[in-house]
Amino acid sequence: MFEKALQGDRRYWAWIIFLLAVMGIGSIFYLLQLVNGLTVTGMTRDVSWGFYIAQFTYMVGVAASAVMLVLPFYLHNAKQFSRMVILGEFMAIAAVIVCLGFIVVDLGQPQRLFNVVLHPTPNSILFWDMIVLNGYLLLNIVIGWSNLHAEHKGLSHPKWVKPLVYLSIVWAVSIHTVTAFLYQGLPGRHYWLTAILAARFLSSAFCSGPAILLILALIAKKVAKYDPGEKAVQTLATIITYAMVINVFFFLLEVFTAFYSDIPGHTHTLAYLFTGLHGAGSLVGWMWVMAVCALLSLVLLIPPQFRQKPELLVPGLILLIAATWIDKGLGLVVGGFIPNPFEGITEYAPTIPEIMISVMIYATGLLILTVLWKIAIGVKKETGSA
Amino acid sequence: MDNNRRTFLKIAGISAALGLSGGIPLSLQAYTPADVEYVPTKGQITGKRWGMVIDTRKFTKPEDFQRVIEACHQTHNVPDIQGNEEIKWIWTDHFEQVFPSSSNPYLAERYEQQDFLLLCNHCNNPPCVRVCPTKATFQRADGIIMMDFHRCIGCRYCMAGCPYGSRSFNFSDPKPYVQNLNPDFPARMRGVVEKCTFCAARLEQGQMPACVEASNGGLIFGDLSDPDSEIRKVLRENFTVRRKVELGTNPCVFYIV
Amino acid sequence: MYDSGKILTGLIIFLLLITFPFWYNLGQASYEPPDLVLPEDSQQCIEPTQWMRTNHMELLNTWRDMSVREGLTTFVSTSGESMEISLQKTCMDCHTDKVNFCDECHNKAAVSPYCWDCHIAPEEVANGQ
Repeated sequence: MFEKALQGDRRYWAWIIFLLAVMGIGSIFYLLQLVNGLTVTGMTRDVSWGFYIAQFTYMVGVAASAVMLVLPFYLHNAKQFSRMVILGEFMAIAAVIVCLGFIVVDLGQPQRLFNVVLHPTPNSILFWDMIVLNGYLLLNIVIGWSNLHAEHKGLSHPKWVKPLVYLSIVWAVSIHTVTAFLYQGLPGRHYWLTAILAARFLSSAFCSGPAILLILALIAKKVAKYDPGEKAVQTLATIITYAMVINVFFFLLEVFTAFYSDIPGHTHTLAYLFTGLHGAGSLVGWMWVMAVCALLSLVLLIPPQFRQKPELLVPGLILLIAATWIDKGLGLVVGGFIPNPFEGITEYAPTIPEIMISVMIYATGLLILTVLWKIAIGVKKETGSA
Repeated sequence: MDNNRRTFLKIAGISAALGLSGGIPLSLQAYTPADVEYVPTKGQITGKRWGMVIDTRKFTKPEDFQRVIEACHQTHNVPDIQGNEEIKWIWTDHFEQVFPSSSNPYLAERYEQQDFLLLCNHCNNPPCVRVCPTKATFQRADGIIMMDFHRCIGCRYCMAGCPYGSRSFNFSDPKPYVQNLNPDFPARMRGVVEKCTFCAARLEQGQMPACVEASNGGLIFGDLSDPDSEIRKVLRENFTVRRKVELGTNPCVFYIV
Repeated sequence: MYDSGKILTGLIIFLLLITFPFWYNLGQASYEPPDLVLPEDSQQCIEPTQWMRTNHMELLNTWRDMSVREGLTTFVSTSGESMEISLQKTCMDCHTDKVNFCDECHNKAAVSPYCWDCHIAPEEVANGQ
């Protein structure tokens, strides 16, 4: 099957070379970071996690989103997803690799990474995150590849994959729950110390991930002439809409709890993010953009007659992706560190090396996604399987 | 035929794995001579639960703080980095930063002006140890929260976990920022977290912590589990407070204010 | 066999590549242990020289764990001699010349242990003060 990734037209190769070039440029900046240390980033003693960990968190959600196709397809026999499930599984592979990449570049001593395995520490949530992320990666590789291989050979899906599929459904929930536990179990970080954080992570994952998948699938429809099917698009759009409504609702629960109780620890970060605190507020603009994007996306997605029109669905999805990315990929992680344990405020902004290294990792993910989807779409077209 | 080859490969693989796993312990054994011993150093100071009292009444002039801080930083090769990549083992701050929940707008003037010493609280229930994924930060039997700089991968989870801001990360190579390297103690490399170790290395050599020695009685260090120790006597006779007790970390640094 | 030409060429290239270290070293002088500047005032290290040469890295790893993690800071050698477990205070008290002792072998063997990223070599103290 792999040969399908080696047969492409000029556009395909231009895209591959472009991604490789971006990775190459980014790796120069990573080299810079390896030599000089994390001082090349905008992170500080007070804001000790930044853009990398925020992107990691966002992409865990994207990885978990495959379950929004796998679950209806395998448990509820939602046949409309038959042309799309493999795209979701393969996107999960690329997304998990992006997650792992962000973890590695965030480490001060990446060459000691295997200490996590050599000295296993079950009381650390990071240990469990390592297990669930790698497990999810493996599950999706095995399930996606063997099912596609079976279709390639004209056989039905192998029986032994079925239990793995069920496992992967539970596992997808676990990756984002465990990632939320990384944050929500820390005493003294009030913005994260909330029981609803894992639920918020899942709801935002189940809207943002499928939204990205749907946009990418629509691009594939244009570029590779592979139609995921109108019914699949609409069902997924409905799922995304419900998840986004729940996501916004959960966020408003946080706002109510913070401001009605008016306990300083609970209000400080939200105040910093939306109004600024003690004259510092570099994220205020972003957060209001997020709020507007979130509301507009709901306006475009909730009425069925709107989201059935591609020219409204696509902007709705893009607004949704922007809103969830600002919330999770900027505000959540940085906000947890502001104010610091001494009620002081240190602001944070990523530096150019930090952004370039992040771009490198995203390009790697896109490369993996492109190759995997090229194979999947190639096989699907060849067998004509619905 | 195909099946046979498969079975053969499987058996070969399993035997190879077993062989390797048996071989590793054997080869490790070969490294250690049988009759060497590792023992505690004679004359070391031992305790069951170390703690510290900071008598803030004895810290009145800037020199009182300077003496203590310099003693620590000189002993441990703590780099002098300005700005927000600073490395802090023992440092000072004002009342409302040190005790945010006990501050009020009508605070006695002497507290408002006064500096307070800060260091790792060596909590009895330490969140930093709970979150560390490699046991690079661990709790010793005598309560000290110790750091193994060799093992730290620099994930900075402990910095997120510590509610006291007691942990610092080496964003860049710290050695150029250390004046007068102390040849009796290592420095650190970039990419690892560091903090106060309650002078575990000095206790093992029979010496009190460097800051305590330099404090002229302003810092009382001792075994909290021993009712006859000096620290327990001080705690019995004075009203003391600790930082952020509501978080349940059970800090072992006490302040007489 | 299909494509036997291509397969055989590929195999030959592969074999040449993986045996490259042998070809590369062919005809070059065999390994000579470097000349080390040994400590002047002591005849033997804490364990026999040959054993130290082979095992010092493992010993140092054990020292590290015992001292930092177990709180066992004294080492009793095979000959019954006790010493403080410390790279800086014990090892480099005798081996005062890192450049002509440690580095000589490490460079020749192309290994770069990161001990001195943190630990302070006697030279550094001499230069810094």
